Amino acid sequence: MNQQGASQGPVLDVRNLTTRVATAEGAKTIIDDISFQLRLGETLCVAGESGSGKSVTSLSIMGLLPSSAKVTSGEIRLDGRDLLKLSDRQMQEVRGGDVAMIFQEPMTSLNPVMTVGAQLTEAITAHHDLRGAAARAKALEALDAVRMSESKRRLLQYPHELSGGMRQRVMIAMALSGNPKVLIADEPTTALDVTIQAQILALMNDLKKDFGTAVMLITHDMGVVAEMADRVVVMNGGRIVESQAVRDLFATPKEAYTQELLAAVPQLGSTRGQKPEVKSDVPGQPAIVEIRDLTVRFDIHGGLLQRPVKRVHAVEKVSLDLFPGETLALVGESGCGKSTIGKSLANLIPWSGSIRIAGQEIAGLSSDRMQAVRRNIQLVFQDPYAALNPRMTVGELVGEPLVIHRLAQGSELTDRVAELFRRVGLDPVMMDRHPHEFSGGQRQRICIARALSLGPKVIVADESVSALDVSVQAQVLDLLGELQAELGLSYLFISHDMAVVEQISHRVAVMFLGQIVETGPRDQVFENPLHPYTRRLMDAVPIADPKRLRRDRVLPTGEIPSPIQALDYVPVIEPLIDFGSAHYATARHEVSG
Amino acid sequence: MPAYLFRRILEAALILLGVSLVTYILLFLLPADPVRQIAGRSATAETVESIRRQLGLDLPFYEQYWRYLTSLLQGDLGRSYIQRSEVAELIAARLPASLLLMVAAICAELAMGLTMGIVSAVRRNSSTDQSLMVLSFVGVSAPQFVVGILLLYVFAYQLGWFPISGYGTFGHLVLPAMTLGFMGAGWYSRMMRSSMLNVLGQDFIRTARAKGLGKARILLRHTVPNALLPIIAMIGIDIGIFMSGIVVVESVFGWPGIGQLAWQAIQRVDIPIIMGVTLVAACAIVIGNLLADIVALFVDPRIKLK
Repeated sequence: MNQQGASQGPVLDVRNLTTRVATAEGAKTIIDDISFQLRLGETLCVAGESGSGKSVTSLSIMGLLPSSAKVTSGEIRLDGRDLLKLSDRQMQEVRGGDVAMIFQEPMTSLNPVMTVGAQLTEAITAHHDLRGAAARAKALEALDAVRMSESKRRLLQYPHELSGGMRQRVMIAMALSGNPKVLIADEPTTALDVTIQAQILALMNDLKKDFGTAVMLITHDMGVVAEMADRVVVMNGGRIVESQAVRDLFATPKEAYTQELLAAVPQLGSTRGQKPEVKSDVPGQPAIVEIRDLTVRFDIHGGLLQRPVKRVHAVEKVSLDLFPGETLALVGESGCGKSTIGKSLANLIPWSGSIRIAGQEIAGLSSDRMQAVRRNIQLVFQDPYAALNPRMTVGELVGEPLVIHRLAQGSELTDRVAELFRRVGLDPVMMDRHPHEFSGGQRQRICIARALSLGPKVIVADESVSALDVSVQAQVLDLLGELQAELGLSYLFISHDMAVVEQISHRVAVMFLGQIVETGPRDQVFENPLHPYTRRLMDAVPIADPKRLRRDRVLPTGEIPSPIQALDYVPVIEPLIDFGSAHYATARHEVSG
Repeated sequence: MPAYLFRRILEAALILLGVSLVTYILLFLLPADPVRQIAGRSATAETVESIRRQLGLDLPFYEQYWRYLTSLLQGDLGRSYIQRSEVAELIAARLPASLLLMVAAICAELAMGLTMGIVSAVRRNSSTDQSLMVLSFVGVSAPQFVVGILLLYVFAYQLGWFPISGYGTFGHLVLPAMTLGFMGAGWYSRMMRSSMLNVLGQDFIRTARAKGLGKARILLRHTVPNALLPIIAMIGIDIGIFMSGIVVVESVFGWPGIGQLAWQAIQRVDIPIIMGVTLVAACAIVIGNLLADIVALFVDPRIKLK
C-alpha cells in the first residue's frame, strides 16, 4: 500500500501550518509550523499527549476551529487544492465530502432529538443528489457497511437507545457516506471499552481497504498506534517531534521525547516471570477489608405508582479480601460493577452482605460510628478536574477531612497539610492556589493528598490514572507505589486498563456482570488466564508493538451484556473453583454477548 | 399514557384541594368583614347579624370550609355576595376573554423572546446582541402597568393605530397581549440565548458542521430544537405568572376577563368570587404544566413517562 501510495503523490499535504489562539494574555501559538503528508490508502497516526496540538491539527484541516483560533500561515492541500483559500461555501462541500471526521465522544456527538436515520440521511443529501427513499436506502447501506446489527431498526432509533460502540459505528457510517478521500479520526476509541475498541479498530482497517480511504488517526495510545499505523507523526507542544514508518519508530525512536513516551507506555506482559511481592512487616496478618456476599441491586421505577419495573444487578454475592500493604486490582468493562464495590466500601450506596474494615463490621452502622470507620478508607476518583471544588484553595481541600473529623485546626492544620503536600511531591507554597491553576497530574496528587489526610489504611482508587497522559500516569503510579511502601497502604485499584493493572497489582479480580469470574495472584492471572472472559479482555488490549502480527486473534463480536434484568430474575451465582496457588475461576462458560 | 394522565390528574386534584384550603384560610384571617360590605354603612346591628347567619359566616372556620368544599365537589362555586348571581356563571362569561388574551400573550412573548434569543446567540457579543439584551432587561424589570400605559400612550393615543380600550376585534387584542407578553419576552430571550449558546458548544453541532451541512440547517434543525427543550417547561410555569398579570393588564385596558372580575371582588371582599377565580387560575396552571410536560414528551425522545 505504501509504495503504491507514494507513486500517486499525497492526497493531503500539510505545509508549514501554524495555528494561533487568542487568549487573555494575547495570541498563543498552538500549532507551530508543522508539515506532513497523507497518501491514499495509508493510515497516518498523529500521536501525542494532551496539549500537543494533535486535535487542533485536525480541526484546522476541517476548518472547524473555534472562533478564538485561527490558522495564521501555511497550506493545507487536498489533491493540490489549498483548503485555506476556499470560501465558506466551498469548504462546506469539502467537509463530509472529500474529508470526513469522527470524534472521540460517541455519547455526545450525535443529536439527541433526531433519529439515527435522519442524521445519516442528512449527511447523504448534503453531498449526493439523492432524496427521499433513495437517500434512506443509502443510509441503510451505510449502516450495513459498518456492520451494524439490526440496521433497519436502528434507522428509527434515537442515539440514547444505542450503546457507545454502536454510536461510534453510526459516526463512521456518517463519515463514510460521502465517500471521503481522507478520514480524520480523533481518538475514535478512547471512550470505549477495550473489547469494543478492538471491534471498531478492526472495522476501520477493513473499511480503509474497501473504500481506499486515507486515514489520519489521532491518538494518545501507543498501542493503538502500533496496531493501526503505517506511518506515525509524534507531536509535542504544537510541533512535530519526529515522523517515521511505524516499525522504525518503535524500533529506533530518534528523539528523546519519543523514547520517553514509548518507555512510559505500560505494556501487557511487562512483569512476565516475576512474582508479585507484598511488603509487609508481619506476614500472615488478617485481612484489612473482608467482603462477604456483597450484593448491590438498584430498582428502576416506572408505571402508575412508581413501582419497580426492572432491576440492575450491579454486584451479586461478591466476596473479596484485601490484605495490609497489598494492591488488589478489580478489572472489568463498563457496567460490570467494579466501581459499585468501591462505593459500597465507603458506604456511599445501599448494599447488603457483610463488609468488615479492620475487623469492624460496617453493615448497619450508625452514621456516627461510620464516621470513625471512614478514616480508614478513602477514595481517589477518576476525574481530578471534577473531584476538586473549584472555589476552594487546594490547601483547604486537602485539610477539609481533618476539619470534618475535628482532628486539627489552626497552625497544626496548616503544618499537617504542608506535610501532606510534600508527601505527594507538591510544594506547600502552592497551598493558597485554586484547582484550576494545576495540571491534571498535579490535581490527582492533590486528590491523593486529601485521601491521605486522615491516615487511612485502605485507599480505593477508582480509575484514578485513567484520565492522565501516559507520562503523568507513570509518575502517579510511582507515587502510589512509594506511598504503599512507606505507609503500608492497601489499595483497591479499580481499572479497565489491563496493562496498568499488571504493572501495579499484587492480586487481580476480574469482574463480569456483577460477579467475579476469576481471581488470583497477578502472575497467575496474567500468565495463565483461566476464564475465557479474562482472555478476551487481554486479547483486546492493543499492544504497543508493531512487529506483532496484526489481528492474529479472534475478535469478540457484539455488545457488552447489560446487568438490567426483569424483577423476577434470579441471578445464577457461579461458584469460584480453586485451581491451586490461590487462583480461582468460575466454571469456564463461554461468555455470551 | 392513560396511567400517566390518571396519576397527573390525581396530583392536580390534591393541588386544587391545597389551594382552596390555603386561600380560604387567608380570606378568613382577613381583617375586612364581608358582611359590612354587603350591608352598607347605615345597616343596623341586627341586619348585619342576620346577613351573617344567612351566609353562614357565623359558623366556625372548619364548618364554613367544609360547607364550601362539599358544594364545590357538587360543582357549585357558590353565589356572589354582591352581584347576586352564580359565581360559575360570572366566571364562564368572562373566561373566554381571558383565555384569548393569555393565548395571544403567549404567542407574543414566544415570538418576541425566542427571536431575540436566537439572534443574540448567533450574533454573540455583537452590538446587536448587546442592544437586544438591554431591551430584554427592560422587559424583565418594567412593571406591567407602566408598559401598558406607555403602549397605550404611543400606539393608541398618539398614533391611533389601536383602540384605547375594550374587547371584540383583533385590534383590541394587540396592545394588552404585547403588554402581558413583554415581561415574558425578556425572560425568554435571556433563557433562549444561554440555551442556544450551550447547544452551539455541544459536540453534535461540531458533528453537523463536519458533515458539511449549511448554516441555516445547523441552526434550525440541530440547534433550535435542542435549545427549546428547557424552554418548554417554562411555558407551563408562565401561565401562573400570567394569571397575576391579567389582573393588572385587564384593568389598564378595560378587558372584560376574570382578572377584572377578581379585582372588583377583592375590593369588595366578595369571597365566593375570589375563591372561584383562584381555583380557576390554579386549574389553568396545573393544566398548563401538564400540557408542557406532554409537549416535552413528544419533542424529547429521551424523556420517558414516569
